[in-house]
Amino acid sequence: MIITTILFYLFSAILLGSATAVITARNPVYASLFLVLAFFNAAALFILLGAEFLGLILILVYVGAVMVLFLFVVMMLDINLTRLKEGFLSYLPLGLAIAILGVLELAVVFWTSPLGHIPAPGPIPANADNTRALGVLLYTHYLYPFEIAAVILLVAIIAAIALTLRRRQGTKTQSIAAQMAVRAKDRISLVNLRGPEQ
Amino acid sequence: MHDFYHTGWWAVIWSIIKIVIVVVPLLLGVAYLTLAERKVIGYMQVRLGPNRVGFRGSLQPIADALKLMFKEVIIPTSANRFLFLAAPVLAFVPALLVWAAVPFGPDVAISNMNAGLLYVLAIAGLGVYGIIVAGWASNSKYAFLGAMRAAAQLVAYEIAMGFALVGVLMLAQTLNLSKIVEAQAGGGFWSWYWLPLFPFFLVYFISGVAETNRAPFDVAEGESEIVAGFHVEYSGMAFALFFLAEYANMIFVSLLTTVLFLGGWYAPINTPLLTWIPGLVWLLLKTAFLLYVFLWIRATFPRYRYDQIMRLGWKVFIPVTIAWIVVVGIALETPMRAILR
Repeated sequence: MIITTILFYLFSAILLGSATAVITARNPVYASLFLVLAFFNAAALFILLGAEFLGLILILVYVGAVMVLFLFVVMMLDINLTRLKEGFLSYLPLGLAIAILGVLELAVVFWTSPLGHIPAPGPIPANADNTRALGVLLYTHYLYPFEIAAVILLVAIIAAIALTLRRRQGTKTQSIAAQMAVRAKDRISLVNLRGPEQ
Repeated sequence: MHDFYHTGWWAVIWSIIKIVIVVVPLLLGVAYLTLAERKVIGYMQVRLGPNRVGFRGSLQPIADALKLMFKEVIIPTSANRFLFLAAPVLAFVPALLVWAAVPFGPDVAISNMNAGLLYVLAIAGLGVYGIIVAGWASNSKYAFLGAMRAAAQLVAYEIAMGFALVGVLMLAQTLNLSKIVEAQAGGGFWSWYWLPLFPFFLVYFISGVAETNRAPFDVAEGESEIVAGFHVEYSGMAFALFFLAEYANMIFVSLLTTVLFLGGWYAPINTPLLTWIPGLVWLLLKTAFLLYVFLWIRATFPRYRYDQIMRLGWKVFIPVTIAWIVVVGIALETPMRAILR
């Protein structure tokens, strides 16, 4: 148990440290790499709690896909952080107000609801399979909310594609179907240069 | 998986011993895979390949390793020093981490975790950070282009790979790699998953070739266009780490294909003559065959053009896998269920 506790504090400390670094790092590439580190340690905490499905999905989706594309964009753009930080003081009061409001709301939730008093998880049974447990719940009890969420995501995907898809005039693209359908006689015609034999 | 933390320090020491038992043969395998590659491609091109160091070139990998170790690691002046040196490590560590879940026999693994397949998929996707960071930190246009290509390619093929694994899950009903192999027991090679999941088998292996940045999908380092791509600025051990990661990933993809589709440690025909041979031998033989296919592909096919790689990933593999998931799903609701499971 000592090992678990040590690991918990280690991962939590790295998580908090890297989360702070995300917003303080001057270089946007460093900031996104720190975010990757933060995700990774959050996943480690999930796994420490026995929620291996949540932890691994966090790595798979956020670290493996979302952050790769994020990094992709951040590296391509030449972001000038000093210019972004120029208006820092004028936005400070508003930002501070929102931050305080958020902290207050969270505090109220944790003090008044049972959320704040969840007992520590008991010993995990040796053969606990939370992937199966989650799957059974999602596809039986929560089937309709789950399917509705899926449809909303699908609509969002199609909308995003529809918004960014522009057909420019005069671009040259391949038509694979046309290329595959070509036969030799469409492209090659044999010409007899000698003319008809006498 | 949780027992690990609850049995004290002895469990930690035992884990380290297991890690050494897996990693040392793995690195030796990587070294001799480079020799095998040069020999196999050499013979395919009617050459001898390396034959000067040791008996018929058998010590060539050791000579190569020594040479790389004693070369200077040059850091370009305009490179980001810290990330430039961190990138090879970022590429190499996931390539070793995935081996934690790989089963070598019934319940023989460093960690025989329940969500093994998910773990393997999640960790294998992390290797791309090494490539992207290397491309960016080198501050070179060739390296950066290579990194961008690698990132787009990896994201495209990971989706098809994930869908191919869904098919395996539908038949095996478990994420545990050891149990997936056991679900393929029974008859011989006809009861392995390559037969009912043939499209997934092909998609998974080809995506594996693409994910490891091997020919004909090696545009991330395509010599003819962008010199050496993301590792153009690297030398010495820093380069060697990228190289080791690539070859360790090749072995890993071959082994995982064996585990998921080719019946892992089971003999191809269920007769006492063949089942007498230990399962590990069968596992390694099948892996070696797939590795040979890797080399064979490299010696045979010309490099794909970049837009064709994207087309193959998005417009061919993903629709094919989605269609076959539906086919498998319907088949499981018919009397065929008894045969498939």
